[in-house]
Amino acid sequence: MKKLKKSTVNNLISFGIVIIAFIICQSMIASGAMKRSLKGQMVPICVYIVMAVSLNLVVGISGELSLGHAGFMSVGAFSGIIASAWLRAALHVDNEVLRLVLAMIVGGVFAGIAGVLIGIPVLRLRGDYLAIVTLAFGEIIRNVLNCLYFSLEEGRLHVSFNNPNIPGTMLVSGPQGATGVDKIATFPMGFALIIFSLIVVMNLINSRSGRAIMATRDNRIAAEAMGINVTKYKMMAFVTAAVLAGMAGALYGMNFSTVAASKFKFDTSILVLVFVVLGGIGNIWGSIIAATLLTVLPELLRAFADYRMLVYAIVLILVMLVTNNPMLRSLFGQLARRKGRDDQVQVGGAEE
Amino acid sequence: MTQTEGKKRLLDTKMVPAPSQGIIPERDLLSTPVLEARHLGIEFGGLKAVEDFNLIIGKTEIAGLIGPNGAGKTTVFNLLTKVYQPTMGTVLLNGKDTAGMNTVQANKLGIARTFQNIRLFDNMTVEDNVRIGLHNQVKYGMFTGILRLPGYWKGERRQHEKALELLSIFDMQDLAGVRAGSLPYGAQRRLEIVRALATNPSLLLLDEPAAGMNPHETEELMHNIIKIRDQFKIAVMLIEHDMNLVMGICEGICVLNYGRIIAKGTADEIQANPTVIEAYLGKKKEG
Repeated sequence: MKKLKKSTVNNLISFGIVIIAFIICQSMIASGAMKRSLKGQMVPICVYIVMAVSLNLVVGISGELSLGHAGFMSVGAFSGIIASAWLRAALHVDNEVLRLVLAMIVGGVFAGIAGVLIGIPVLRLRGDYLAIVTLAFGEIIRNVLNCLYFSLEEGRLHVSFNNPNIPGTMLVSGPQGATGVDKIATFPMGFALIIFSLIVVMNLINSRSGRAIMATRDNRIAAEAMGINVTKYKMMAFVTAAVLAGMAGALYGMNFSTVAASKFKFDTSILVLVFVVLGGIGNIWGSIIAATLLTVLPELLRAFADYRMLVYAIVLILVMLVTNNPMLRSLFGQLARRKGRDDQVQVGGAEE
Repeated sequence: MTQTEGKKRLLDTKMVPAPSQGIIPERDLLSTPVLEARHLGIEFGGLKAVEDFNLIIGKTEIAGLIGPNGAGKTTVFNLLTKVYQPTMGTVLLNGKDTAGMNTVQANKLGIARTFQNIRLFDNMTVEDNVRIGLHNQVKYGMFTGILRLPGYWKGERRQHEKALELLSIFDMQDLAGVRAGSLPYGAQRRLEIVRALATNPSLLLLDEPAAGMNPHETEELMHNIIKIRDQFKIAVMLIEHDMNLVMGICEGICVLNYGRIIAKGTADEIQANPTVIEAYLGKKKEG
């Protein structure tokens, strides 16, 4: 019981830090202390944090490599945009917050369906098939979206493939993407999504299902011998991550007036993977820090003009060197060991 | 089938000829046995790793599987737990045919195992390792866990209590919060047994449980295996090279060589069996 309490306390402290960071940012925006360019970055930062946290669930916790996370993001973005426009036209939902929440739910559901469709055949196999198939999925979904046309006519939705001649106002027009999106995404909503995804991921990890997911990662054969259905739990992690990515995508889509499918390229998937790897595979809080820093960094490096990407690359290398430094590692190792010993004493004490 | 072959098969199936020697009253070989393997075999591309393996294990029996290196002992375990699908024969667990089942289904039917090369979840705590064993014993769903519904707290508490109770068999409850990978070798082997027991099996397969243990630890292990059998009323089948352990606690022993059973019987019978001596020590020179 004592141990349970301790992990809860740790989580509460971490949540507290996130909330304090939010309050600081919000007050900076309100007082006008934040630069305009950085202010525009706030929602994308939230989106990338959620993307990194959800990808960490697949890569770090279930131990499968997914290279098409941006694909789920794009499914969420476009279904969210369409849902939002339809809700306003057909059901007259004018409340922006409600519309955004509903759009995010729709985005999450559609991305989740895509996750199930990919997961069912692939997660039955062993090895690197998931990486190959998700890579292909990311590319295929982008090309399919390039050919899709959606329009709204008096609350009725029209869909066509490769044919731009459909009645009504265009919502999504092929390669141009979604145009005339009403920008209803806000920083507080982004923050709410971060908290939501953190609660989902942390609670999942610290539960029976989460332990089963980690067991399949650490030793598949032993997990099967313990009666754990490996495919089911890998699916659970993969689809949960897809749903969260879809919700983040919906938020992202409604932060801009135009969104094209080309925004969700392979590069975006790799960028999110970089956040996860740099933050530490399996380390949720590390993902948050890496996603924040590496999204803000290109903005801050504007002063370097043409050398921006060069400096960015150097920073990446430095971060890698620092996190792999034997001296720092041994220092962290000692801290972790001391913590472990404390635990031991505590458990022993509880028994006496 | 020739007449002699048919007669041999009949004789081969039963492992312990006399039912119960009065050690445990629950023992009854006449009721459905825990495990029944009939003509079990597997071929790997023409190589017959195990062939015509016949065995019956009673409800609370401790059985030993011995043989020289490469005889196919672990392959038999892999066949019984469905890591490999047998190419010949059948396995009945508690009277149910396991044909077409996978490892997970076999485990749910009541077969649990440990591994020759320890396969713990190294980065998790000792308690979490046992909790993973309890996966199908104390259940609650994914959404109950995410939403922290009352079922979550109840399930977690039950798992915690059960895990500590199981760990106390080996006096390991004080190590519950320690990372499994940092345990000493002997403790890791014991934890593997606890984890297997947590799945509530009716047959426990131990793959070289005493490997790497000193004589004192082995002695303790022997007591513990008997204790587990008596307390949980389960059957135990073990692969072991330590003959003191095998001859000391196994009520029936089965000797495997080149994938075939060469002898079956009690410890005394096995020790006197010339085929077994030949398999282990080689043939005596003529004259």
